[in-house]
Amino acid sequence: MNCFTAQHILGIYSLSPDEITFILDTAESLKDILQRPIKKVPPLRGKTVVHLFFEPSTRTRLSFELAAKRLSADTVSISANTSSVLKGETLIDTARNIEAMRPDVIVMRHPQTGTPHLLTKYVKSAVINAGDGTNEHPSQALLDVFTVRQHLGHIDNLKVAILGDIIHSRVAHSDIMAFTKMGAKVVVSGPATMLPSRQSEILGAKVVLKMEDALEYADVIIALRIQKERQGQSLIPSLREYSLFFGLTPDKVKLAKTGALIMHPGPINRGVEMAPEVADGPYSVILDQVTNGVAIRMALLSLLLTKS
Amino acid sequence: MNSESISNYLFTNARIIDPSQNMDFVGDLLVKDGTIAAAGQSIEAPQDTMAFDLKGKWLVPGLLDMHVHLREPGEEYKETIESGTSAAIAGGFKAVACMPNTQPVNDSAGITRFIIEKARSSDRAKVYPIAAITLGQRGEQLTEFGDLLNAGAIAFSDDGLPVKNAAVMRQALEYALNFDALIISHSEELDLSRGGVMNEGRVSNILGLKGIPAAAEEIAVFRDIALAELTGGRIHIAHLSTKGSVEIVRQAKNRGVRVTVETAPHYFSLTEKAVFGYNTFSKMSPPLRTEEDRLAIIQGLKDGTIDVIATDHAPHSVIEKECEFQTAANGIIGLETAIPLSLNLVRDGSISASQMIRCMSVSPSKILEVPEGSLKSGNSADICIIDPEAIFTLTLESLHSLSHNSPFLGKDLQGRAVLTLIEGRPVFDPTGILSIPKANQGT
Repeated sequence: MNCFTAQHILGIYSLSPDEITFILDTAESLKDILQRPIKKVPPLRGKTVVHLFFEPSTRTRLSFELAAKRLSADTVSISANTSSVLKGETLIDTARNIEAMRPDVIVMRHPQTGTPHLLTKYVKSAVINAGDGTNEHPSQALLDVFTVRQHLGHIDNLKVAILGDIIHSRVAHSDIMAFTKMGAKVVVSGPATMLPSRQSEILGAKVVLKMEDALEYADVIIALRIQKERQGQSLIPSLREYSLFFGLTPDKVKLAKTGALIMHPGPINRGVEMAPEVADGPYSVILDQVTNGVAIRMALLSLLLTKS
Repeated sequence: MNSESISNYLFTNARIIDPSQNMDFVGDLLVKDGTIAAAGQSIEAPQDTMAFDLKGKWLVPGLLDMHVHLREPGEEYKETIESGTSAAIAGGFKAVACMPNTQPVNDSAGITRFIIEKARSSDRAKVYPIAAITLGQRGEQLTEFGDLLNAGAIAFSDDGLPVKNAAVMRQALEYALNFDALIISHSEELDLSRGGVMNEGRVSNILGLKGIPAAAEEIAVFRDIALAELTGGRIHIAHLSTKGSVEIVRQAKNRGVRVTVETAPHYFSLTEKAVFGYNTFSKMSPPLRTEEDRLAIIQGLKDGTIDVIATDHAPHSVIEKECEFQTAANGIIGLETAIPLSLNLVRDGSISASQMIRCMSVSPSKILEVPEGSLKSGNSADICIIDPEAIFTLTLESLHSLSHNSPFLGKDLQGRAVLTLIEGRPVFDPTGILSIPKANQGT
């Protein structure tokens, strides 16, 4: 039974725990397609998915495209540097023109917060947010929750530590809300320049300055990518300093529960936010995240497109 | 009945509110030959005078909005001097002071004269041009204050591009002393607010938008007050939005600093929550703040820390507003919503009717040193009649402004100007008050 009523996937903010569970269950049932010799099933035959990317992306875009292709949808990709945006067209006009060609889903990534929400006011197609500014990246959070559920069997009452640039990271925002909605306790830590000012809480997560407090007894550790361009913004003095004081090293991992899952949304700056031994260690599930990403995106596309 | 032919009016049964004379009573007011002849409990209609029963509507001095953007010259697709002054009289304002951020910037006497001439030929609300403090609002070289004042400039401000260099601001305040000129400051520490698009706090976290901390305003308010104190110059701080700013101003006034301040109706009517849904009509600078700030602004109006309600009327077209939130321009229109929003404070008992009219008429005219907002006998009959009960829906059709960027669009508002008289001349009378004389009185 399809109890899924959302018309768009704009953010974890607007999803209920039941809806999240339904997406995870759907992804679970679709996942084995990825293991078959012929990795293609027909449910979205005749449907068109447009990938509208205004920011560079390798993993997310490939993941969405493969997800659509596995379900037999036709896919088209547009990126900002090949689009008429360069010719001065507004986002709304771009959207209206794409809409005029009758796609079924628009998967959008944009450097500005709230743009997928804006898009929904002008198009009839379903819109999936593949990352908007410093706001949300819902499919990443769903695949993260999915990966944890796969390895640990449940989400509720787990302690999830998220480390790095919390305030500017859309992955952090979506992860915090997704894990919190599913009953986990989320603790975030990082340089204070990357945490909310004088707030002990953000989006339901506890904010701590001492990384040790975040890591202690953690079941899951998510290290966020440090964007190298942040270095010049004096949020951190240098990448070297970051790796020394905030990087996830084997010693720090020992503070967490034995067997705590190590996660990273990628791409990794090895030796900056995460030591290579940790990234490649026995409890790293970073590549599982990537595999699961395709399953989650298949679930999102099929749920949005196969509603009665 | 041709109202144009009447020059003398007797308004009866009006709630006459004139803070300049501490008057608030129900009675009559006589306008003769374009001036106010008398106000009292009961006035007999002289010969050749039409009498109009106002049935308890408010009769107040014409309002003055000391912070508007008329967009002409340069951005006439957003607003013109004619459309902006039409919006002004429809909002009960007899006069407006317009900011210099036109294209080109009003930084020379020629532009100032152009604005005044345009306003004169539009023949609606009076327009007082505010000239830039620095050439091109670049924050470097002072404009020719003396020449600009002679041309008709009323004050100096770099408004949305506040003077960053404290030494330049000091020089402006000092040089203004020679002319007893007023400096108006949009107080904002730009390095701290850069990139921010809404108030910094819990809501900006939820929406994933970069925030502007209250400190960005408060640091600059403090700096500007310190410079006024250092120089003895006269400073007026535009659109206060935070609790901390109100407190800084309160302390400065207690020390006797020559500082006056304004707030805008949106800062006492809305909070940052209006941004939910990425509503670009709620994007402005300074940004909408928290409920705590909103209440502090109301307290400031109540205790007199805040002198003026000004709208910061900032018209933008759909091009600037129907787009990505971060890309969208700052600002909302305000001339046609100032009365109902301010009346909300009177209705809920936060301020008195007299305080409201003081903030919108008496105080701004004193600060700008223009003819006072007053119903004293002998004064020019600049009058606004307000129906405080009238409920109307703010729609594209109801607006006189060329732009409609208001968070109140589509909302029901209560209270509006129903008649605006300038020098005894009806310039706004949408319901035809002056065409239905009371029977059996006058001739």
